[in-house]
Amino acid sequence: MSTSVKIAVDRRTFVAKLLQATPDALVITGLGSPSYDVFAAGDRARNFYLWGAMGGSTSMGLGLALAQPSKSVVVITGDGEQLMGIGSLATIGVKQPANLTIVVLDNGHFGETGMQRSHSSLGTNLVAVAKGFGIADAFVVNQFEGFSDVARRVNARQGLAFAQVLISSDEPARVLPPRDGVYVKNRFRAELGFLPF
Amino acid sequence: MDQTTVIAPQWQQAIYKVLKEGGVKQIAYVPDAGHAHAIRSAQADPDMQDIVLTTEEEGVALVSGAWLGGQRAALLMQSSGVGNCVNMFSLLRSCNFPFLTLVTMRGEYAEFNPWQGPMGKNTQSALEMMGITVLRVSRPEDVEEIVSAGLDAAFLAGEQVAILLSQSLIGRKKWERK
Repeated sequence: MSTSVKIAVDRRTFVAKLLQATPDALVITGLGSPSYDVFAAGDRARNFYLWGAMGGSTSMGLGLALAQPSKSVVVITGDGEQLMGIGSLATIGVKQPANLTIVVLDNGHFGETGMQRSHSSLGTNLVAVAKGFGIADAFVVNQFEGFSDVARRVNARQGLAFAQVLISSDEPARVLPPRDGVYVKNRFRAELGFLPF
Repeated sequence: MDQTTVIAPQWQQAIYKVLKEGGVKQIAYVPDAGHAHAIRSAQADPDMQDIVLTTEEEGVALVSGAWLGGQRAALLMQSSGVGNCVNMFSLLRSCNFPFLTLVTMRGEYAEFNPWQGPMGKNTQSALEMMGITVLRVSRPEDVEEIVSAGLDAAFLAGEQVAILLSQSLIGRKKWERK
């Protein structure tokens, strides 16, 4: 039902508002535009930007959420990246980490490679998939104000949640986060009090 | 199903002991018979997270996420799963994440199923191609020491380490079902 509704959220504003409302959250971003969106909202040490490892963002979020159960973990990714790691939703559905929220910025296209249509605009219903994998609190966000519903879940850490955010398919200017993975990793860990060995 | 209670071989018990004493807190896996004891032990251990995966590459990202959050994690899989991981291994090298995986081998010794050959015979080179150090164990009495050495290299020196558990160590798979 939902993906045919033509109300589209502006990705940059949505992400900026969401992160403003979740200042303490640990954030993992899927490669491509979601990494740019999160960086554009303001760099912070508790952001981990993926520049590759397509399909890995949600699994990475799971490992982090299990390691840090008293902190909120948010994965912000796109439909293409989520689809490549779709089985991870089954794995996450088994573990049900109460501190994990997955936010899929869904424009129904592979943006980074020239806007080829993705499965989510060709028949796949990501919320139904997430629910089928046991993520009961899976829902569509089709207006900008929906950021506050997502933020509330992030901050509450009361249950695993999956938000499919229907964004417009325009491509804002690229704003590039650091791509030195070792730096980003060590900075993230230092923020949590872990020293390099 | 004919299921009799079996006591796990000593070497399988040694693996869980090394992981546990080495401070591993998350064990992610795609099951294999050779990992049965570690998986059962992780499931029974309230201080260990056991994570069943749909595909092995999830585990590469998961253990990296665990390290970001300050925990040691290990990935258990069969040799066929190494092929599923290849691009995801780039995460390890790009960020220099510590990595420990235990790989039960197929397709190399008294193999019945020819479909295991293509990946099994190339498991070591696929790992090495992606910059992962390979240690191999073939004798039960060496398991504890080599797994422990791999664990130290991963979590003390930050290396990416795969320990291959030889098919000759695991033993022949029984194909007849009673």
